[in-house]
Amino acid sequence: MKTPASVPGARILALGEHRPATVVTNHDLAARMDTSDEWIRSRVGIASRRFAGPNESVVDMAVAAGGKALAASGLSAADVDLVLVATCTMPSPMPTAAPQVASRLGIRAPGAYDVNAACAGFCYGLSAAASAVTTGAARNVLLVGAEKLTDWVDPTDRSTAIIFADGAGAVVVGPAATPEEVGIGPVAWGSAGDRMDTIHIKDRRSFLWQEGQAVFRWATTALAPVALEACERAGIAPGELAAFVPHQANLRIIQAIARTLGAPDALVATDIVDAGNTSSASIPLALARMAQRGDLPSGAPVLLLGFGAGLTYAGQVVLTP
Amino acid sequence: MANEEIRAGLAEILEEVAGVLPGDVSEEKSFTDDLDVDSLSMVEIALAAEERFGVKIPDDELANLRTIGDAVGFIEKAQAAA
Repeated sequence: MKTPASVPGARILALGEHRPATVVTNHDLAARMDTSDEWIRSRVGIASRRFAGPNESVVDMAVAAGGKALAASGLSAADVDLVLVATCTMPSPMPTAAPQVASRLGIRAPGAYDVNAACAGFCYGLSAAASAVTTGAARNVLLVGAEKLTDWVDPTDRSTAIIFADGAGAVVVGPAATPEEVGIGPVAWGSAGDRMDTIHIKDRRSFLWQEGQAVFRWATTALAPVALEACERAGIAPGELAAFVPHQANLRIIQAIARTLGAPDALVATDIVDAGNTSSASIPLALARMAQRGDLPSGAPVLLLGFGAGLTYAGQVVLTP
Repeated sequence: MANEEIRAGLAEILEEVAGVLPGDVSEEKSFTDDLDVDSLSMVEIALAAEERFGVKIPDDELANLRTIGDAVGFIEKAQAAA
């Protein structure tokens, strides 16, 4: 046996995003259920969110975001050897999204599979993508986080309908610029299957349910150590981080973890304010927005941290494209 | 720890976490109805109280702590049991 001759480091080459057209404000929701703009803002920090159209699927959104990332990378479809879609909201377990996304983007016969680690899915997928590049399994990888939570949330349940939303974000992962460069740091990850009841969709006829207080307690206490471990594994002190892009679950969770992290100079992603919680799409969406705004120079260290049902969690430091 | 001391500590936590004025904190006040503390702030208060008073306040117990008096009583008992 042999391994590919030269094994490069991996990095994120480009970003892409798709935000569905329909903007749903807190006032829109207040017209449908017993809630208010003030109530929603103070509990979860969301002002508005995007809902996919009735005929807009997870795959449609993934194709839109993935196509933009691929175009931004300057690569052609023929350069991509692996397509990964992080999602937990496909309408059925099979076929998976990734082969369809690849096919619709004209990427011929790549490896293709979905990653389901719920809201932590993007960071799990990024670890898989980086491994594929660094082991020579793929030259370039298209990784998309795409979710249509509105298919799985009770539109009349004011505890979840105000939080969850739809969208897709994508990255192209490819070889680092130099052999020495590490553009995607080692992942710090884990799970707590004994807490499976905290967030779940019980069966195909059920809606998403979460134990708000238990999730909040877990997220605000258990995740900062994971974030610090990801920094340590990458050899980056929290003070050196240019940005912190956690899963956009709840603004209060984001702020609590950021406080504990001790990275006073890092920009903290707050895309949740007008994107809602888009599960595995939230990190690439937030990252894409930061890049678009010109908030981050190329090559800046950014800490990503995904967490969600399972319970699962994963974080890594990446360099911006 | 004396009852009075726990109440004073709790008042400090309430001010820090939820902006409740210390003068508003008295035994019969309900966290939710009188002091406008939401469910997530209750978790933050529980976490701060756990650290300050060296006790455990699980979520299912937290749900039963309706008033300041309930919380003070729970913490007192938990400390005595420790």
